[in-house]
Amino acid sequence: MALSNEIIQNNLIEKFGDQVLNFSTESGILSFESSKEINLKILQYLYEEPSLGFTFLTDLCGVNYPDNIGAELVVVYHLHNFSENIRLRYSVSTSVNETAVFTASKLFESANWMERETYDFFGVNFIGHPNLKRILNVDEMDYFPLRKEYPLEDQTRIDKDDEMFGRG
Amino acid sequence: MEHQTNITLPKGSIEKTTTTLNIGPTHPATHGVFQNIMEVDGERVVSTEQTVGYIHRAFEKLAERRPLYQITPITDRLNYCSSPINNMGWHITCERFLKLDLPKRVDYLRVIIMELARISDHLICNSIVGVDTGAYTGFLYVMQYRELIYEIYEEVCGSRLTTNIGRIGGFERNFTNTAFTKLEKFLNEYPKVLKEFENLFARNRIFMERTKGTGGISAERALNYGFTGPNLRAAGVDYDVRVQQPYSSYQDFDFKVPVGTTGDNYDRFLVRNAEMYESISIIKQAYQKIQEFKGAEAEVYHADVPEYYLPKKEDVYTKMEALIWHFKIIMGEIDLPKGQIYSAVEGGNGELGFYLVSDGGRTPFRLHFRRPCFIYYQAFEELIKGGMLSDAVVTLSSLNLIAGELDA
Repeated sequence: MALSNEIIQNNLIEKFGDQVLNFSTESGILSFESSKEINLKILQYLYEEPSLGFTFLTDLCGVNYPDNIGAELVVVYHLHNFSENIRLRYSVSTSVNETAVFTASKLFESANWMERETYDFFGVNFIGHPNLKRILNVDEMDYFPLRKEYPLEDQTRIDKDDEMFGRG
Repeated sequence: MEHQTNITLPKGSIEKTTTTLNIGPTHPATHGVFQNIMEVDGERVVSTEQTVGYIHRAFEKLAERRPLYQITPITDRLNYCSSPINNMGWHITCERFLKLDLPKRVDYLRVIIMELARISDHLICNSIVGVDTGAYTGFLYVMQYRELIYEIYEEVCGSRLTTNIGRIGGFERNFTNTAFTKLEKFLNEYPKVLKEFENLFARNRIFMERTKGTGGISAERALNYGFTGPNLRAAGVDYDVRVQQPYSSYQDFDFKVPVGTTGDNYDRFLVRNAEMYESISIIKQAYQKIQEFKGAEAEVYHADVPEYYLPKKEDVYTKMEALIWHFKIIMGEIDLPKGQIYSAVEGGNGELGFYLVSDGGRTPFRLHFRRPCFIYYQAFEELIKGGMLSDAVVTLSSLNLIAGELDA
């Protein structure tokens, strides 16, 4: 039987009840959310349940919504079932003051660096990660640059000495 | 041994039986800016730690201030060996997100450009594997065909490496006759050269002994590590985005997906080589389909989407409508719909994904690039552990790590 978004949704609701919420389908990809406490349970269920078989972690990244108080940081997982050729988007949110989320790196080796990247840019603290340190930025950096509270430089500023950058 | 006991040596100087070796950040073996800190026991690799980020340019942050069309030049600089695929991948993401329909001819033109880019990407990777095993000839010989590919890019978009090719909705201009003549020259000459290139390596005793059985990975581990593209196919998984989620009318083409079995350096080489033959076949089919268009259809090179596609300059000076759209596009005054999309294309190294989140503003709220290199480079330690240092160098080049794609 071909797997479809409805079957996945019903299966998840049957298993997790009202712990999984906000189902929606956009551009053909089913997305849903849950509380961050059960993210490993859900990922493992999606991985191990033979009728679902989401064994490939395509992408893991963070998004910062500064206006959602208490759920400012979102970790987005894109999963893929190769044999049924169906994608799935799953996200958990966490507060910017309490950024602990369980690591998926025990389930997917590929999550290792992607979680480090998410930590690097958003400061999501992945509990149980084997080597959670910055990956693209310098170790000494003391802020998380992709958060919205750090805007890009004002393009119209005039106080900068362009000579330092080989211009002017 | 007793007479040695009272000598005090610095801590760790005797106990440590391995040597620490830095390969990179700038080293002839890395072909890019990234570092490997290896622990070697004699010539055997005990462990390694990869460091990336030396050319991190904050593309994801930069993209948050740019309207969609200004993000295309950023994508050039991801995998700069096949920039057109990145450009097209971004255009396709935007078009899917904005729900634009493209004429078939545009799709086929894009397929030609993307497959040329794939050839130039694989060509570099495979010939570099040759260089690292001691055969420089292949590398120098095929360069003239990469040059020809770059000349075709140049004819289409005006630049060679960081192409910024195409626009949202199509191409910036129609392909010239010179472009098609060069394409024909390429299609006529290149297959023979590729065959010669293959003959140089594929059954070469030295090459086989250097690459067979080194840097191998099982299909299971490769999937767990998030491998995609030729590296995954070399391990025996026939996953190809072009087949699984066709974009740009790839479903209209007849091609094979070559796979390997052991996922070692030799299989990766063979898979890339076989893919180049498939790419040639796809280009031929696309070129034939393009020649079948007649009349006005044969001149179509972009969709009719004035909100996103810049009007012709002479129209801007003479027509009110065109002037308005020109102004709105240039000033970035067109709001995006709310929503999010994940869209992927088959890049030179695997699944190149774009995760775009929009809050209804003029620029993306968040844009994330799924860079295949970044994800599979984690497996490097597992690939080379216990092997010879010289094999690690070959593995490094056969993975086709591109620093621009690692760091974004």
